[in-house]
Amino acid sequence: MSGAAKANEAMPNERGPKLYGLIAEFDSPGDLLEAASRTKAEGYRDVDTFSPFPIHGMDKALGLRRTKLPLIVLVGGLTGLGTALLMQWFSAAVHYPVNVGGRPFASWPMFIPITFELTILFASFAAVLGMIGLNGLPMPYHPVFNAPRFALASRDRFFLCIEARDPKFDRESCRRFLETLGAHDIAEVEE
Amino acid sequence: MSRLPPIDDPRSTEILEPGHTFASVTDKISAIVLAKRTPRFWWVGFLFAFSVTLWLFAAIGYLLLKGIGIWGVDVPIGWGFAIVNFVWWIGIGHAGTLISAILLLLHQEWRTSINRFAEAMTLFAVAQAGLFPLLHLGRPWLAYWLIPYPNTMALWPQFRSPLVWDVFAVSTYATVSLLFWYVGLIPDLATLRDRAKRKFFQILYGMGALGWRGSAAHWHRYEVAYLLLAGLATPLVVSVHTVVSFDFTIGIIPGWHATIFPPYFVAGAIFDGFAMVLTLAIPLRAVYGLEGFITLRHLQNMAKIMLATGLIVAYGYMIEAFMGWYSGNVFEKYTVWNRITGPYRHYYWALIACNILTPQLLWFKRIRSTPWILWCIAMVVNAGMWLERFVIVVTSLHRDFLPSSWGMYAGTFWDWSTFIGTIGFFIALIFLFIRFLPMISIFEMRTLVPEADVHGEPQPDPGRIEGEV
Repeated sequence: MSGAAKANEAMPNERGPKLYGLIAEFDSPGDLLEAASRTKAEGYRDVDTFSPFPIHGMDKALGLRRTKLPLIVLVGGLTGLGTALLMQWFSAAVHYPVNVGGRPFASWPMFIPITFELTILFASFAAVLGMIGLNGLPMPYHPVFNAPRFALASRDRFFLCIEARDPKFDRESCRRFLETLGAHDIAEVEE
Repeated sequence: MSRLPPIDDPRSTEILEPGHTFASVTDKISAIVLAKRTPRFWWVGFLFAFSVTLWLFAAIGYLLLKGIGIWGVDVPIGWGFAIVNFVWWIGIGHAGTLISAILLLLHQEWRTSINRFAEAMTLFAVAQAGLFPLLHLGRPWLAYWLIPYPNTMALWPQFRSPLVWDVFAVSTYATVSLLFWYVGLIPDLATLRDRAKRKFFQILYGMGALGWRGSAAHWHRYEVAYLLLAGLATPLVVSVHTVVSFDFTIGIIPGWHATIFPPYFVAGAIFDGFAMVLTLAIPLRAVYGLEGFITLRHLQNMAKIMLATGLIVAYGYMIEAFMGWYSGNVFEKYTVWNRITGPYRHYYWALIACNILTPQLLWFKRIRSTPWILWCIAMVVNAGMWLERFVIVVTSLHRDFLPSSWGMYAGTFWDWSTFIGTIGFFIALIFLFIRFLPMISIFEMRTLVPEADVHGEPQPDPGRIEGEV
């Protein structure tokens, strides 16, 4: 299955809807995990799996890159920390200094509780918005929802999709390959 | 999945009844939400709770009309029910975060079937808690003055004040709890979207699900985000009741100015919170037939946590009394003695009976595994922890340094109306929650089904905390 000629087959037919990919259904998370590893081993690149719960090892099987979410959360937390310290220092030492028995205006130990809270607050927002943003959500429409039995992906079924943009994609050979994986209900998904 | 060996008896009840499949778990939990007919007991319970809520609104309306003079607060007891109820409600919330965050980090898989509604309980309890300081302001419509914003008065909140810390701690806690809860709900909302029969609910749940499709890459980021949120919520929950205790300890009133307060408040919060989780879980599992998900194992574990935190609370009382005497300070000594023998001694001894003596029954396995007794003990603890806050707030204030400024305090009709009203409001929100959202995390329950274990290795694997952190 090689060469640009094959890739052309995946090119859209101008009149009908574009093909997004082929989706195959599996019965168990173990089958899906094995199918994912074998699909990657076969040389497919644009592969995704859909499951009703996170499956351990799937990120490795699909060769997913580690997410940069932790870094985003760190930056969020540091932003909160800086914001809180700056705000309190500015208010207490610059903009509205109150002399309480000659105590220092920039009384940083008393600023710690709010600094702590804002660090957590900003980091949490970074975690949630970062996750949603990196996942490209909200996305009300996605081609895989067109797969006939896809509603079961949120119940008890496990799906693997090979996308048409994969250079190795070929409607027929891809279907045959998915059959060798023990998949059933292989369906074409339209864009 | 890591299947931790049971801590105590290897034959103890499973955390998920055997025989469940991905489909059966999904169907059973989502059916409660998607059922067309609302059960009769739901209507009865909800309408009763809602009428109590309306009474709360009436009490608040009258308060706004007349001012806080309708409450029993006066000099020297300026805090009264408002602060007692605030601390009580906020403490109840803590168990939800403990279950969802700390037990997640500790790989306690049994948390899975109780975390969702415990988090809901947190949110609703914090909402009730938040009402009290606002109403107690006297001029609640000026509450926004507590928030730092550029204003024409060129004023800033006093950032060195524990009361301002409280504003930040509680509002951060409420926000982070909401985020955590919502993130946990996203995959389940997708399940409801896919299973709802009626168009309206498909759209409604679909909007909440944000187009979640269970993609592997999404799950990967999701798990990292969930874990990071748990890691952030853990110190947060400890900080919140610590800051609440600062409201007292930073003051110099005898009986408040104590270093034991932060840990003792946090333990008390968890103690009371677990009591409230049991108060809700035991009837819920019975009426919805969820004994297969919330098993006796869960009840027993929660009972054990209650026993452990109850002992910490008992230690707190002991140290409080001891330090009152050991300090050699005449005011501290008198406050302790006044609590034990003074005009409020009934409250004090009732709290000792509720919070120290009653939980000792939990040493017995028979009691831990009998739901109705456990429910009664939980109710006693709920009452006991309210008494504890009453004793701390009122007995310290009513007789402080100058005998000429001593006084007595009692809640008025409107105090009780507001307090009972918030209980009704809380229960009404819980009823709405169990009708419209899955009260048990469906996707996490699926991971407890044996087939979810794709490796089949006997040794516990790193589990949810997979290398990314």
